Amino acid sequence: MGLVDDYAKHRILAVQDFTLLSTRTLQSLFRSPRYITDIIQQMDFIGFGSLPIVVLTGFFTGAVLALQMAKTLATFGETSLTGQLVMLSLVRELGPVLTSLMVAGRNSSGMASELGSMVVSEQIEAMRALGTDPVKKLVAPRLIATVIMLPMLTVISDFIGLFGGFATSFFVIRLNPNQYWYSAYQALEYEDIFQGLLKPFVFAFIVALVGCYYGLRTTGGTQGVGKSTTQAVVAASVLILICDFFITKLLLWMLG
Amino acid sequence: MNVGAPEPVIQFENVTLSFGDKPALENISFSLDRGETMILLGATGSGKSVLLKLAMGLLAPDSGKIFVLGQDISHMRDLDLFAVRQKIGMVFQEGALFDSLKVGENVGYVFERMPEVNAAEAERRVLEALRFVGLEHTVGLFPSELSGGMRRRVAIARAIVAQPELMLYDSPTAGLDPITAKRIMTLIVKQRDLRQVSSLLVTHRVQDAWKLALSYYDPQQDKLVTMSRNGDSKTSFLVLREGEIAFVGSLSELAGHTDSYVKKFVT
Repeated sequence: MGLVDDYAKHRILAVQDFTLLSTRTLQSLFRSPRYITDIIQQMDFIGFGSLPIVVLTGFFTGAVLALQMAKTLATFGETSLTGQLVMLSLVRELGPVLTSLMVAGRNSSGMASELGSMVVSEQIEAMRALGTDPVKKLVAPRLIATVIMLPMLTVISDFIGLFGGFATSFFVIRLNPNQYWYSAYQALEYEDIFQGLLKPFVFAFIVALVGCYYGLRTTGGTQGVGKSTTQAVVAASVLILICDFFITKLLLWMLG
Repeated sequence: MNVGAPEPVIQFENVTLSFGDKPALENISFSLDRGETMILLGATGSGKSVLLKLAMGLLAPDSGKIFVLGQDISHMRDLDLFAVRQKIGMVFQEGALFDSLKVGENVGYVFERMPEVNAAEAERRVLEALRFVGLEHTVGLFPSELSGGMRRRVAIARAIVAQPELMLYDSPTAGLDPITAKRIMTLIVKQRDLRQVSSLLVTHRVQDAWKLALSYYDPQQDKLVTMSRNGDSKTSFLVLREGEIAFVGSLSELAGHTDSYVKKFVT
């Protein structure tokens, strides 16, 4: 029973600490000084730095979607609808979720390891000693940069995914290019775009705050940094998938 | 407070702090007067670094009160603490320099929050602080390009750049070779004697403690000179044992103490 109590207590304390960090970060957005250079550096690192993996993931996701969809649609003689299914799957679900998972894998881990290293080498305490709020200086720029860049990366991923689907449709399935693009374009509605952009916006908070949270609570030297990095990626990925379900459910209820 | 009595720069009143169920410091009371130096001795894990972090306001006590430069910082918010911290310089155990910033930026970091110091003045003071530690030429280098001893000297430059009234040193010579350690200690004594700054120094190297208590800096010769066996009356010692005060007093009192744990720091 003691073990269960301890586990529950630790979980609740973790939720409390995470909520406190999130609140302090959001509050710090409205206070000066504003670290514009840090925000731009993080945008470059998170956005431009993640571009290769996002492009590759997007392209091959679109390509494999087209392969799978065409095989299923062929049984009904409707391979012409391949573009439509690729478009909707990508824009509504796979684009936002896979892009966010990739960015979480690259950046939540990066944030956790960077901030974790700063904690164990006392740089965070030195920062406080020199009058700088680490939440304002380190967490807020990462959050702002992720919130701006993740929706943009998702749009790029969706677009590249459509090309991946087109490449498969044209070179493998031998579908008419016009048919692919026409059915894809016709299927897209504003609700889909809204859904596809709202999700990365929410996931950006998870990616940045989870990565920074695990980094800042690092203990136990370099081994602790490794542990924080792993925990950050796992927690961010699981939270993204759980949130995806609830956002989808909510949006389907709201938008019909 | 008595008129004419020396003003304490640090005052701990029955301070207790625990991490989980384990007490790190228990019922600690002492004071450090302006212009004086206190050396904190103790075995690893006895609470020396924790005490220093409490004095800087990086940790808050569970109970008791801490006064630094006349202000009760026991439960002050980080935002309010900045005015106090501006008057304190702290040298961390491993230097704690920011990896992503160059040496000059590291040393001048504190001026980011001091708009009253313009860029030219900040640059002048950065160079002056680096000259003080003999590392003016490293201003454009990254900390990773420096040796361990040089990083520690840059950390001292960063701590003194804002001309603090109080210096806190956390094991500044830990893990360094004897030659570099001697150089660091010379800088600490030089800072103490030239600028009359109050200091609280944590160490587990007895030889450093003795050097600080028994030497003074001679600007003519630019080196440390040994003084009488009883040492400087402005230097006191505090020995911690498992989070509690085992001894507090002068060098001569320390030398004559009979407790076996305390005696280990004399021989």
